[in-house]
Amino acid sequence: MIITILYYLLIAFVAFLIIGNLLKSKKWQEEVLYVIVLLPFLLRLLRLK
Amino acid sequence: MIRKTVILVLGAVLGVFAGIEFYRIRHLREPVVAGPGVTQAKKLGDYFPGIKGTINDCNIYVLEGEKPGGSVLVLGGSHPEEPSARLAAWILAENGRLEQGRLFVVPSANRSGTTVTRPSGAYPADYTIRTSWGEKKFRVGDRWANPLDQWPDPEVYIHYPTKQNLAYMDGRNFNRAWPGRPGGTLTERTTYAFIQMIKQEKIDIVIDMHEAELQYPVISTIVTHQKGQDLAAMVSMTLTGEEFKIGVEYSPKTLHGLSHREIGDHTDAISLLFETPEPFLDATRGRTDAKLLLEGKDDFVVRAGKRGLLFEKIDENGWPIDIRVGRQTSTILSVLDLWTMDHADRGVVLKNVPKYAEVIEKGIGAFLKDPAKADPKKVYYE
Repeated sequence: MIITILYYLLIAFVAFLIIGNLLKSKKWQEEVLYVIVLLPFLLRLLRLK
Repeated sequence: MIRKTVILVLGAVLGVFAGIEFYRIRHLREPVVAGPGVTQAKKLGDYFPGIKGTINDCNIYVLEGEKPGGSVLVLGGSHPEEPSARLAAWILAENGRLEQGRLFVVPSANRSGTTVTRPSGAYPADYTIRTSWGEKKFRVGDRWANPLDQWPDPEVYIHYPTKQNLAYMDGRNFNRAWPGRPGGTLTERTTYAFIQMIKQEKIDIVIDMHEAELQYPVISTIVTHQKGQDLAAMVSMTLTGEEFKIGVEYSPKTLHGLSHREIGDHTDAISLLFETPEPFLDATRGRTDAKLLLEGKDDFVVRAGKRGLLFEKIDENGWPIDIRVGRQTSTILSVLDLWTMDHADRGVVLKNVPKYAEVIEKGIGAFLKDPAKADPKKVYYE
């Protein structure tokens, strides 16, 4: 259970970093890439897969 | 900022579509209309509180005959992506009538495994069986329990109690976790609960139904614990002479975690495992869709056969699901017949279940009941 909680905290942290990079980015190609990378992290946080 | 917002909104739309799909797989309701022979529907948690209320607290349909006799447990869904096992269990629960003894039927032994498909496998989420009253939809599932229910995987899966090392993902493999333990992982607690059930209900025979890729040598066969050698040999001879070719394999004494080994070793029951051919599982298959799952036709697997890479025959007709389900039901009926012949006082006499030829002739859909027309008290969800 502790490992699972740590796992979700880690996922949330990485998602937070991706969103941070997305906001800082100046290139639209990078922004699209960040959003695509973000999706599985958000879905996992929502326990959808 | 507007550009970022547009990209985020598009991403959110993608996320919603993907999320709905994943949610739908996990929560698709599969109705079972308890047939005339079902006298009660139990839960696995009735036998072991450690599994109660979890995703693997599966349904157990109990069919009882008026005449006392023996008890047999039939497991479907040990590996949910082997659909003939689940469908055969459905047919038993919705059609079977017992004249003697008791039959316990489980369509979703590893229920967690039915709620996920193989990551990166491009698997279909579900498949549909046509019936005279409409269509019935089933989850495809995976060989392993859902990582959402059991996580993390170890570097190496160490089987309890033998300490045999197995592949890491097999920690979620229902048929590598027997006999299980009360304080173990979800999968170990599930098999432990079944062991308790087998002991408490004094089960004589456990039948664990499976399917196998044609590149796997253990195929079209009955794998038996040494306690069931005579029975399995008789069933093999009878079916091969009268209906279809099926072999016998002996459960290796040093390969642990499998039902045919551990149930026989840890309980009084005879443990048998059936394998039918499923081209959908072959590594050399083409597109992995519901059509392949149900029709079992694949040009690449046929080509592999022509190169001598397979352990079972296949041609352009494939291995349709009706044939595979018919093999399962006929093998069960043959086991019960031959067991009852030799153990009259512990006999189990099952009626109203179609054999191989009848399933092929009429199709599985003919034996699935319409939940909309059934008494709601008799409808259960897997």
